[in-house]
Amino acid sequence: MFTLPLSFVFVILVGVSLFFFYFSKKSIVQKSAQIGQRSKTLSTYYGQNAFLWSFIPSCLILILISLAGPNYVDQIFFARVQELNPKFNDSFISLILSKVINVANGKIGTDDQKILTLANEYKIATEKLYFYRGLVVILCASMLGLLVSYLQKPKTNARDKVETFIINLFFISAVIAILTTASIILSLLFEALKFFNLYNFFEFLFGLHWAPNVAIRTDQVASDGSFGMIPVLAGTLLVSFIAMCVAIPVGLYSAIYLAEFAAPKIRDYIKPTLEILAGIPTVVYGYFAALTAAPFFRDVGGSIGLSVSSESALAAGAVMGIMIIPFISSLSDDVIRAVPQSLRDGSMGLGATKAETIYRVILPAALPGLVGAVLLAVSRAIGETMIVVMAAGLSAKLTANPLDSVTTVTVQIVSLLTGDTEFDDIKTLSAFGLGLALFFFTLILNVIALTVSRRLSERYE
Amino acid sequence: MKKDGDTMKQKLIAENVDVFYGEKQAINNISLGINENTITALIGPSGCGKSTFLRCLNRMNDVIDTCKISGKILMDNTDIYGTEVDPVELRAKVGMVFQKPNPFPKSIFENIAYGPRIHGLASNNSELKDIVLSSLEKAGLIDEVKDRLDDQATGLSGGQQQRICIARAIAVSPEVILMDEPCSALDPIATAKIEELMNELSQSYTIVIVTHSMQQAARVSKKTAFFHLGDLIEYNDTDKIFTQPENEKTQDYITGRFG
Repeated sequence: MFTLPLSFVFVILVGVSLFFFYFSKKSIVQKSAQIGQRSKTLSTYYGQNAFLWSFIPSCLILILISLAGPNYVDQIFFARVQELNPKFNDSFISLILSKVINVANGKIGTDDQKILTLANEYKIATEKLYFYRGLVVILCASMLGLLVSYLQKPKTNARDKVETFIINLFFISAVIAILTTASIILSLLFEALKFFNLYNFFEFLFGLHWAPNVAIRTDQVASDGSFGMIPVLAGTLLVSFIAMCVAIPVGLYSAIYLAEFAAPKIRDYIKPTLEILAGIPTVVYGYFAALTAAPFFRDVGGSIGLSVSSESALAAGAVMGIMIIPFISSLSDDVIRAVPQSLRDGSMGLGATKAETIYRVILPAALPGLVGAVLLAVSRAIGETMIVVMAAGLSAKLTANPLDSVTTVTVQIVSLLTGDTEFDDIKTLSAFGLGLALFFFTLILNVIALTVSRRLSERYE
Repeated sequence: MKKDGDTMKQKLIAENVDVFYGEKQAINNISLGINENTITALIGPSGCGKSTFLRCLNRMNDVIDTCKISGKILMDNTDIYGTEVDPVELRAKVGMVFQKPNPFPKSIFENIAYGPRIHGLASNNSELKDIVLSSLEKAGLIDEVKDRLDDQATGLSGGQQQRICIARAIAVSPEVILMDEPCSALDPIATAKIEELMNELSQSYTIVIVTHSMQQAARVSKKTAFFHLGDLIEYNDTDKIFTQPENEKTQDYITGRFG
């Protein structure tokens, strides 16, 4: 039996659907010629309708079989292996099964006759699956295409049908985005719940001590882990606050300059340059923070008699602020330029200077957008990982001193999940607790951002 | 009610004014005197330069980088393009009302108080309130809005918004009010109200109005200037222009043969 790989089936599917596009288009012209009546819409819509009906459902079936089919075959063979080795536990059977699959795919060889037979059967089953997959998909495409072409009469409103079909596709795309987000949240939630089974929720939420050093082996002597998230959250807030102290003034002022004062030529250079800042990978900012900014702050601090830690919140926050400038400046620039020219004229016509116009008319009118831009930037700062991993430090201290080293939620998640960790360990699971807390934090911020900007825009609309 | 235009004092005198936008000449050598406390209408087909000329009178064209102006515009015998004249001060004396009502997205009170605030016309809050109320009264709006001065000005109807803009201009006590097609975005009833208002205001302010409506020009103005392709074709008493135009182009335009 020959195999029908996915790409091949897909090409045939496209071919069949295209055939029905032209077929429907031609046949509607003939049909309307026969009854001497113009078709209700352009002939191309009849073709599109046939194409969509033959292509999209078959495509969905193709995806479905490709995703579920191999799983189904695996399950059957799992049962087969279990039958042959009733005494083994599940994980050992999985091991044997993966060996069978690897042999079937020719990745490894084996002398074991039992496995060879199973592998051979597995290979045949998979080929059969692929064959039927191709058959079903192409049959489905042909039948649906034929059916739609047959059912379409010149009086059918094909344009309406095509548009409805496409609107539904848009709807499904929107739903997919939402479902994906929902499933991410759920997976986060379930892992976090496992953590809260092992550790008291309120101690996590309000605890003032963060020290996730649990014993790796049960016989190892080590302190029990302590997971109070407040110091970690405080670190995040401190670094974000420093970042916003840098980003808000610089971003806002450069936006005002770009939107109101810059000559078009200067603007043409400055705006793209600012946007390049947004394109620099955060890990590069991380180098900059750890290798340039942090030593700089330490040396300057030292020269005026301040002791600055070599991994300071100040360095991480300042560099993060620089990273965020283009977000604020670009969004604010758009918002300020969106204020209608008529308001500027009105203000100038009353004898206001440019500065008065900006301060009293333009900025108030742009306020909802500016608030939105700033809050988005805050969310971004809180979720930022790479810069703080490289420049902020690991020790969880409850401090408001920007010269000290602090750790952030994201840094802790990274350090908890990298390296040799067990996935049912409390230390690992605590990362999900942190992740959930972080998620809710930014969620609340975004909700506030939306409400504030909506309320303000009602006032200023 | 009105005195004979020719014997009146001329508030604004334009002498040989040329305006260029980049390479393109928008206004050719225009000389024209505008009488004090009179309504002067500028009419003409689209693109004839009447709005450009109007914007020269309070230097609103300064905002446009490519715009170059030559010639003289005298206001009370001072050239408003002279080096010692600050355009910001000039615009406080020569107020402007625009084609589309453009109230600021603030409360009604704040809209009117805007000008007095930036020019420091009121030394305390009660003075400011007096200015706001008297401006609203002059603009004939006081009865409609006195109970809701803190409401958003943008929530008013189009005609009310335009009168807010007029009140806002009056609040800085200008000497001249320029109106650039102030009724083109309004319905006939709102238009009638604005015209009535202009008539009252003309007793204490010099008003220059650009309009596309010849009926409006005939109804409200005392003098009318007809512009065509950047040239001033004819300038005379409104009655004369509409009954016995001297120029054939004017005749054609007011009878609707072109434009």
